[in-house]
Amino acid sequence: MCVAVPLKVIKVTGNMAIAELEGISKEISIALTPEVSVGDWVLVHAGYAIQRIDNEEARETVRFLEELYEANSK
Amino acid sequence: MKQTANKRQLAKLIQQVERLAPADKPLNIMEVCGAHTMAIGKSGLRQLLPDNIRLLSGPGCPVCVTHDCEIEVYLELARQRNVIIATFGDLLRVPGKKGSSLADARGQGAKVSVVYSTLDALKLAKKNPGKEVVFLGAGFETTAPTVAMSVIQAQEEGIENFSVYSLHKLVPPVLEALLLDKEVKIDGFILPGHVSTIIGVEPYYFLAREYHKAGVITGFETHDILQGLVMLLGQIREDNPCVEIQYRGGVLPRGNPIARQVIARVFEPADAWWRGLGLIPKSGLRIRESFRNYDTRKKFNIPEPHPDDKEESNKICACGDILKGIKLPQECRLFGRACTPLNPVGPCMVSSEGACAAYYRFTENGGGWNEGR
Repeated sequence: MCVAVPLKVIKVTGNMAIAELEGISKEISIALTPEVSVGDWVLVHAGYAIQRIDNEEARETVRFLEELYEANSK
Repeated sequence: MKQTANKRQLAKLIQQVERLAPADKPLNIMEVCGAHTMAIGKSGLRQLLPDNIRLLSGPGCPVCVTHDCEIEVYLELARQRNVIIATFGDLLRVPGKKGSSLADARGQGAKVSVVYSTLDALKLAKKNPGKEVVFLGAGFETTAPTVAMSVIQAQEEGIENFSVYSLHKLVPPVLEALLLDKEVKIDGFILPGHVSTIIGVEPYYFLAREYHKAGVITGFETHDILQGLVMLLGQIREDNPCVEIQYRGGVLPRGNPIARQVIARVFEPADAWWRGLGLIPKSGLRIRESFRNYDTRKKFNIPEPHPDDKEESNKICACGDILKGIKLPQECRLFGRACTPLNPVGPCMVSSEGACAAYYRFTENGGGWNEGR
């Protein structure tokens, strides 16, 4: 129920936006994430963007995994 | 965007869990998110982890915990000729006290429209000015701001034939209710990802501060859950419970303050009935007086459910104990026999995100063992 999917914002019109993933686009509301602009990735739940995804944070998660992997390989 | 780990990385993470798992006592780790229930079931993690790490599925499916007495209310609404029920698909099959569901009501002529978003429910109201559109607002903190936004939008645009029947539930109060139950034994929580996207870390601080329990806000991939477990076991081993974020791509420590403001503008906390768990103080959301025209309860003069109406529909069903992690699904006498996903008796079998449904689908003890392989 609380599933949210990452989509990329390709157009912003006021509180609404068009976001897409792999060519499928969808109209969403960005009223809960007004800072969002074209090119941003957002987590979308029930038609609303609930969080702009910070790429740096996402990369850190990947780095953590890699570090863990390296630490374990030694 | 999606990061997936390879088998070797997963094997290393499992080794880490094995290394951190205490040898002398079992640990009960509970998740409280339907998406975690599904992810854990599908991954087969329970079979791969050491025996003394028990992964329990708590009350993480808001549909499953919608109470009988609330279901009877909206089934009654659905029978009114001028009403269109707009709902997320999850609620369609949940049976009320007499075993009938919204899907049954629709079969008997009720107008029930499945929507993906409250934006669609508002469009439905605009398209049907002669009808009353009642949106069933089910869900945790992730969903509540989207429903609150629809109420604000309806007021701003003067859409008068739209109202919300709020069934919303809140996660931190139910965690506290579990910890206050003497029968419940939980050492740490895999905390929900997208609920936390909204509420952030602060509402969970009481877990460590007052109950000395570990907590990690965790993502939904198998490697996320394993990483979350490694972090939880670290907290437990060092006797240093706190709230950590594993799911850093989706959750900021402060959460989403705008979404919380939107919730607080439209809703206020209220005592709520949970199926299988009973009345939990301030664990639900009701619409504020300033938006009373959009509150289905007030618009249709629905009385507070009478206490007699709150008895559970089936006494053998063990869903209450399963939601608390006291029993596993296969320890219920009905599981897989009288109660299956096609013929659910209890709330945990109704939604695919329920603990029993996930066990049924993905484990050897259930009927659909092969599906998750």
